[in-house]
Amino acid sequence: MKDTTPSATAGVRHQPLYRRPFFWIIALVTAAFAGAPLIGNNVELREGLLLAAVYIILASNLNIMLGYAGYINFGSIVFFGLGGYICVYLVGSLNWPLAAAELVAGLVVSLLAFLFGLGILRLRGAFFALATIGINEGVQAFVANFEPWGGSAGLYLPTTIFAPFGGPMQALWIVYFLVVAVMGASLYLSYAVKASKFGLGLIAIGQNEDAAIVLGVPAPLYKAFAYSLSAFLPALAGGLYFFKSAFIQPPDAFDLGLSTEAMVIVMLGGRGTVTGAAVGAYLYEELRGYLLTSETFSNFQLVVAGVLLLLIVLFVPGGLMGWIYGRWPRMKTVLE
Amino acid sequence: MRNLLLLAAVAAFAATPALAADDETLTVGMTLSQTGPLNIDSLAQVRGSELWRDEVNDAGGLKVGDKRYKIRFASYDDQSQGGRVQQLYTRLIVQDKAQFLFSPYSSGLCNTAAVISEQYGRIMLITGGAEPKTYTLGNKYLVQTITSADHYLTGAINALESKSPHAKIAIVYSDDPFSKAVATAAREQAKESGFNIVLDESYAPATTDFSPIINKIIASSADGLIGGGHYADGATLARQVYDQKADLKFISLLVAPDSPEFASLGPAALGITVPSQWEIQATYKPQIGPAGAAFVTAFEAKFKAEPDYHSAAGYSGGLLLQHAIEQAQSIDTDKVIAAFNAMDVTTFFGRFKIATDPGHHGLQVAHEMVLAQWQKKNEKLQREVVWPKAAQTADLIYPLH
Amino acid sequence: MLGTIASIIDGVLIGSVYGLAAMGLTLIWGVMGVVNLTHGAAIVAGMFALYLLTSALSVPAYAALPVILIGGFLVGVGLYWIAVHRLIGRPPLMILLSTFAVNLVVIGLGTAVWGTGLFNIPVTLPGVTWHRYTFPGTHILAAALTAVIAGAMYVFLYHTRLGKAVRAVANNREAAELAGIPTTRVLSLSFGLGVALAGAAGMLISTMFPFTVLAGDAYQLKSFVVTALGGLGNPAGALVGGVALGLVEGFAAQYMPVSWTLVIEFVLFVFVLILFPRGIFAFRRT
Repeated sequence: MKDTTPSATAGVRHQPLYRRPFFWIIALVTAAFAGAPLIGNNVELREGLLLAAVYIILASNLNIMLGYAGYINFGSIVFFGLGGYICVYLVGSLNWPLAAAELVAGLVVSLLAFLFGLGILRLRGAFFALATIGINEGVQAFVANFEPWGGSAGLYLPTTIFAPFGGPMQALWIVYFLVVAVMGASLYLSYAVKASKFGLGLIAIGQNEDAAIVLGVPAPLYKAFAYSLSAFLPALAGGLYFFKSAFIQPPDAFDLGLSTEAMVIVMLGGRGTVTGAAVGAYLYEELRGYLLTSETFSNFQLVVAGVLLLLIVLFVPGGLMGWIYGRWPRMKTVLE
Repeated sequence: MRNLLLLAAVAAFAATPALAADDETLTVGMTLSQTGPLNIDSLAQVRGSELWRDEVNDAGGLKVGDKRYKIRFASYDDQSQGGRVQQLYTRLIVQDKAQFLFSPYSSGLCNTAAVISEQYGRIMLITGGAEPKTYTLGNKYLVQTITSADHYLTGAINALESKSPHAKIAIVYSDDPFSKAVATAAREQAKESGFNIVLDESYAPATTDFSPIINKIIASSADGLIGGGHYADGATLARQVYDQKADLKFISLLVAPDSPEFASLGPAALGITVPSQWEIQATYKPQIGPAGAAFVTAFEAKFKAEPDYHSAAGYSGGLLLQHAIEQAQSIDTDKVIAAFNAMDVTTFFGRFKIATDPGHHGLQVAHEMVLAQWQKKNEKLQREVVWPKAAQTADLIYPLH
Repeated sequence: MLGTIASIIDGVLIGSVYGLAAMGLTLIWGVMGVVNLTHGAAIVAGMFALYLLTSALSVPAYAALPVILIGGFLVGVGLYWIAVHRLIGRPPLMILLSTFAVNLVVIGLGTAVWGTGLFNIPVTLPGVTWHRYTFPGTHILAAALTAVIAGAMYVFLYHTRLGKAVRAVANNREAAELAGIPTTRVLSLSFGLGVALAGAAGMLISTMFPFTVLAGDAYQLKSFVVTALGGLGNPAGALVGGVALGLVEGFAAQYMPVSWTLVIEFVLFVFVLILFPRGIFAFRRT
């Protein structure tokens, strides 16, 4: 069987990040996302790309746990939802400026992730996966009962919140650019982790945790750190997304379906590769957008996702990038 | 990417009925819950709107100045989930070029859709969301046509008070924005009326096993039960209350008992009351649009089913939009909203007038609810209006059994 | 006080059916180390199978039980060969994702066919009234049938050769292989049994409560909680765990707003996973 696991792609490790071509590829993609809708003030394109960017953020950060360390985080959406709630609460009820609210949201969620992680990261495989579902559902059930956050009715933002940005139209653009920035950061983070000693440790854990421990990898610390790190940017993304939506309620914030889709994307694109998460997210979002509005197919979205995942797991476990690297091994030196 | 969107747009457009080349088109956008727990109520609402659209188009369209506009609906399935609503409404405005919007069904979905109305400056007729909080957020383009949640259970409480002034009541409601808003107001009104609230709890909307909470109702020795949520949970609650022989003297549930489907519960439906935005027997004299009887006949002819208040609300949304456009003699958003702000008119559905102060803009202030009860007439189960006394077609049966 | 007792009794009745559902999950988990994420879909399939049999073919509700058991078994065996067999021995991540994918497909197809509306199977049975509380006949019969099926499982596992083979494979697959037991057949058989139990539980649940295509997720999650409580690979533990969960639900509901019951369940779940990763009543050795 072809070895398409992450360690096999360790190519040009000795060069500093900004010298490597992939660094500039990420920059190019981010610029393209930012620039494309500006041509002709294309609001439709912006809305579509916004969703694609959110998927890329979720998938890239999930990749840190799933792709590198091999831990399935079914409930990764809990970071997105909690980030959303904290940000909306701070902006709406306590009148904080967006930037401050975002920062606090990111930090608090990372801290919570670290604490949750300490509890559940000693579990392996399926146990861990189920515990992450338990956490997502538990947090959702709790928030639905938590009155200061609106309980099940959710939190609203009055229309005045867009005033500091010059009105809703400008605010929507600014939020878009911020989301694109978070997307760029996610790709860079994923890349930087992979290229670092920390990332090497994670990948070792993913291949054989016990052996890694014997070889001196501080597994519990690395895992907790990875889990916490993988929470930060999704929390920021959640804050921005729900700020834009001006309304957040538990079923939308903690939608397990989104976690599932992020997982399918990581597997589709190629587990453990940075490019994979991005390309997979983009392709999947296009497909989903089409299915959503097509009369015949809007119910088949999950079926398509499921069939895709099954085919990948059974026949192409390395995903799209795995297949590409298999056919064109030289791509490994350029892409990650 | 653009090609895919374009393809989808063409497909959607091609699916709608062909229009004459020299007519102008007025596009109204909306999402409906073709799937999901809100499906039954949402479908009823959309049918009402469709009836209005077809009647207007059959009569030649909306007349505005020299132009005639044919009404075209653009719609997508929101699957009863809030997550898709904003994306879909944005698509309706930006891609399908909707000039006006109808709301989805249920307060939760209406609240999230309302944001898009404000962000893009399009008037949205809210025919399916009763929660009042939405109107306190500074929106300028929302128009609510139905009575707000605050007043839903007022009639039920007054009716019960007339029979049993110091009754013990249980308030058991679904944990969703609409039912919560209703319960909050009902709690206050119940206390003011002198009732003894012996149980006050919410349940998760997706609950199917009500036995723990029904046991609590039995333990509390309540005389009356008020609350519920939407169709799915309300119908299940009613059935299980009957199966567990909870022995209540008065039951008033939101939304569910108003659907013709509710009759399928058989003996479990008997005696249950429902706050209703409109009943077939209502006797409002319309200043614009058809009389109640004419609406019912037309609806039954088109859909082979009786209309409920969701259908009536859906129809009234279209009717009121038509009137506002005709008053303004324009389809320009600001002119039409000015017409809405000035309107105080009665249709077969009831009276319409919205609040115009910035703190409540769009909130419906003139429409009133009635209380209906399932009773047996000539061995057949049907709804009778039992409150207020001025509008009643039968007396309230108390106790239930 | 009476109300509390009534809730406890009802909780035990319903909890036993949760236990039946979990038995299927824990059997598969115990025998082949696979967490079957199609479990929820199997439960829903049982519900819809009963719906179809009663509405389209007018089969009386409880007579459908053997049909659903057999049908579930065959489906389970098929599922094993399609989605699981290739992946035995590969990293557990892959099997998890594989069964998860099948779940998505099945639920997605179910949604496309039946929508996500509520379905109800009209079953009327006289209930048992005690003071002012009534225990619906459907709950009582469901618990009784659960006991019968659980008893049959016990007899199978401990008093038949095939059952012994299953236990042997669960204990140590390689040793069993060496002893001449056709392990692949045993694996597929166990998977079939697991799905059959899930389907039967679904059928019984559908006689008590209304259901939607999406209901599987919630019951699957409950099955995980029960399995965590009762221990991996231990069908008796699953039954006890189920009853325990039912007890907790019934009891908790009396002393706090019913909407907190879910929070309690999940907190319990995560705690039990952390403190007792092999389950509170764990029998299976590592």
